[in-house]
Amino acid sequence: MLKRTMTRLCLAVLTAGMISALTGCHGREGLSAFEIPEKMDTSGEYEITFWAKNDTNKTQTAIYEQAIADFEELYPNITVNLRLYTDYGKIYNDVITNITTGTTPNVCITYPDHIATYLTGSNLVVPLEELFVDDRYGLGGSEVRFDAPSKEEIIPQFLEECSFGGHYYAVPYMRSTEACYINKTYVEALGYTLPDALTWDFIWEVSEAAMEQDAEGTFLLNGQKVMIPFIYKSTDNMMIQMLKQKGAGYSTEDGELLLFNDTTGELLETIAKHAQSGAFSTFKISSYPANFLNAGQCVFAIDSTAGATWMGTDAPLCDISEDKIVEFETQVMPIPQFDVQNPQMISQGPSVCIFNKEDTQEVLASWLFVQYLLSNDVQIAYAETEGYVPVTTKAQESSAYQDYLSRCGEDNEQYYDIKIKASELLLQNVAHTFVTPVFNGSTSLRDASGQLIENTVKSVRRNETIDDAYFEELYSDMISLHRLDQLAGLRDTASSEKADLGKLPQTSVILLLSLAGAWMMIICFLIVRMVKKKREL
Amino acid sequence: MKKLTALLMIAAFALTCVGCGAGKGDDAKSEGVMTYEEYVAADLDTEVVIETYVQAKQSWWENQATVYTQDKDGGYFLYNMACSEEDYAKLTPGTKIKVTGYKAEWSGEVEIIDATFEIEDGNYVAKAEDVTSLLGSEDLIKHQNKFVSFKGMTVEAAGQDADGNDVAFLYSWDGSGQDGDDLYFNVSLNGSTYTFTVESYLCDNTTDVYNAVKGLNIGDKVDMEGFLYWYEGANPHITSVTVK
Repeated sequence: MLKRTMTRLCLAVLTAGMISALTGCHGREGLSAFEIPEKMDTSGEYEITFWAKNDTNKTQTAIYEQAIADFEELYPNITVNLRLYTDYGKIYNDVITNITTGTTPNVCITYPDHIATYLTGSNLVVPLEELFVDDRYGLGGSEVRFDAPSKEEIIPQFLEECSFGGHYYAVPYMRSTEACYINKTYVEALGYTLPDALTWDFIWEVSEAAMEQDAEGTFLLNGQKVMIPFIYKSTDNMMIQMLKQKGAGYSTEDGELLLFNDTTGELLETIAKHAQSGAFSTFKISSYPANFLNAGQCVFAIDSTAGATWMGTDAPLCDISEDKIVEFETQVMPIPQFDVQNPQMISQGPSVCIFNKEDTQEVLASWLFVQYLLSNDVQIAYAETEGYVPVTTKAQESSAYQDYLSRCGEDNEQYYDIKIKASELLLQNVAHTFVTPVFNGSTSLRDASGQLIENTVKSVRRNETIDDAYFEELYSDMISLHRLDQLAGLRDTASSEKADLGKLPQTSVILLLSLAGAWMMIICFLIVRMVKKKREL
Repeated sequence: MKKLTALLMIAAFALTCVGCGAGKGDDAKSEGVMTYEEYVAADLDTEVVIETYVQAKQSWWENQATVYTQDKDGGYFLYNMACSEEDYAKLTPGTKIKVTGYKAEWSGEVEIIDATFEIEDGNYVAKAEDVTSLLGSEDLIKHQNKFVSFKGMTVEAAGQDADGNDVAFLYSWDGSGQDGDDLYFNVSLNGSTYTFTVESYLCDNTTDVYNAVKGLNIGDKVDMEGFLYWYEGANPHITSVTVK
C-alpha cells in the first residue's frame, strides 16, 4: 500500500513539476529580487565583470583601467574584470546571448532601449531606486569609501532617461548629443553666411549649391571629383529628431508605434530629392562623415558630439592620410531645426546597468563600482576624452572641469577647440534635449526609423521610382523585417517586468491538457476506490 | 605500343586540362553573368550578377554573411549578403556561387551589397598572388579583395605601451582594445611603412595568425598572406604570417 501511495505521490509531484517547468520555461528566469544586504562582506573575495564601451580611444581605455585600479585599492576584496567593446549593438547582442546561459556581466554600459529588452528575464536587471537612498551604501552613503555624488547631484533630466516602468534600471554615465560640424570656409565661398541657428532649409540649399561641377565633373567648390555636401552619421537619430521637431508621431510612452505617418513620408521625399542630386548621403552608404569633411569633400557633417575629436583640419584623431587633409575653418553648431524658436535635439550617451546575481554581496560590489564611475575623478577624466559632458553637477561645477572648459583651443589634443565647443553645445542645450520612449521593442523601432532613410537613399541611387507605392512597400518591409507587428504583445514588459508572451504554443496546451486529464483520471480512480473500500467496510 | 602511348598521353592531357579548369575557376560564365572586367566597368549602385568562389568567410549575423570571394580574374567582397545559417555552413573555401547584388563603395572598398546567392557546381581555391612589388603603387588597387602575399617585409614599431616602450602590434588601431580585438601592426619595405590588420571576425584570437602576430618582434623579417581589403587606402587583412 505504501509503495502504491508513493508511486501516486511521485506521479503527482512529477506532473506538477512538469507543469511548473513548462510554464517556467515560457520566458522566465528564476532569480529572486535583489535585497540590499545588512552589511558588506569585507572578508570574502568578490569578482565582478564590467562590459564597457569606448569610442576606439585609448585614453578612454586608460581611464577605465585607472578607475578599476583606484576602486580595487579602495575595496581590496573586489576584483573588476574589464571587457571592452566599441559598439553598443555588440554589447546588446552579447548580453542577449548571455542571458540564456546565465552568464551576464555584473555591470554593463548600455542604452535604456536595450535594458527594456533585458527585462524580459524576471529580476534580471537590478532596480536601483532603493540603492540610491540607502543610508550606508547609497549615493554618498556613510559606508561608501570615496566621494560619491548624491542623487540630487545627478542631472535630473539625465537620470530620468534611465527610469521606465516605474523603476530606475540604470544610471547615466556620460551624455552627448549630435552636432553639425561645418566647413565654414566652403559655406562662405558659396556666398552664404552661417545663421545663428541652422535650419534644414539652409542646409539643403547650401548643399545643392555645393554640387556645381565643370564639364569634366570636377566640383567647383573643392576642385575634386568627390563632393557629398551633407552626410549624416546616424540616420535613426536623423528621422527621430526630424519627427520630434515637426511634432509628428514616433511612438507613445507605452509603445504604440506612430512612425509610419504622413510626415515621415514627406521627410523621406525631401531626403530622396537631395539624395538624387548627390547632395546627401549617409555613413552606412558612403563612410564616416569626418573622413569626407577633413578631405574637403563635405560641407555639413552631422555626428555625435562624442565624435568631435575626429572633426576638422587639426583633429587629433584622423583616419585619412595627411596628404588628403584640407585646410578649412570648422564651426560646430546644434543640428538643424524646423522651428529655431523651439529647438529639439536628442540626448544620448552611455548609461550603466547592474545585472542581478544570486549572491547579494556580488550585486552590492557591482553597485559600489557603478557609484565609483559617477565620482568626479572618473566623470571629469572621461568627459574630457570627447565631446561628452559629465552627468553630475558635482563634476560639471567642479573647478577642475571649469578650468578644462576655459582652456578651449590651448592645444589640439587635451584642449582641442572643436571637442570642447561640442561639449559646451550640449551644456547650453540640455533643456532642449529629449529621449524616445523606452519599451521592449523600442530598439527595433529605432532601427526601422533609420533604415527608412537608408533604403530610400539607396533606392534613389539605384534609379528606382520613389512614389506612394514605394513608401507603402517600404513601410511594409520595415514592419516585417523588424517584427514591429509583433511588438504589441511585448509592449508591457518594461512596465510590469513580466513579459506577456501571448498564448502558449498549441503543442504545450495539448500537453498540459493531457497531463491535467490524466491527473483527473487518477483522482477519479482514487475516489472510486475509496468509496468501494468504505462500502466493503 | 605507340598508339597506346599516344592514347595515354591524350587521356593524360585531357585530364590535366580538366584538372586545371577546376583549379583555376571555370573560365566560362553562365548566361547573364558578368565577367570580372564587366564588373569592374559597372557603375556604382548598379545591379551586378557574378559567379565567384568562396575564399574565406568573415562573419555571419542575423542571416547576413560577409565573405571574401574570387574568380581567376579578380576578387569580390560580399558584404552582409543574405544567407541563412544553414547555407553559411555550406560556404566552404572553393565553393562556387552565383551572386546578384549591387556594386557599392565604402571608404575606397568596392563591394557587393544587398546581395543574394545560389550555390553552383565548381570549385576553385586561389593561390596567394605576390603583390609585394606593388605596395605604394597605383596598381595595387587592381588587386583589391584578392588573396595576396607580401614577402620579405620588416616588422616596425606599431606604437608604445603604457610605459612608453615600442611594441610590435596594437589591439585596435590605437591600442585602445584588448585581446580578441583586431590587431594592427606595421611592416616596412624599401623605407616605406604600411599598416596591416588581423581582422578579428576573419581570424579570431584562437587562430594561428592572431597568435603569430602577438608573438612578433620589431625587426622580424616576415612573409604574409591575406586579403587585400581597403579602408582609406590599402588595409590588408592578414591570414598568415611566417617569421623568416
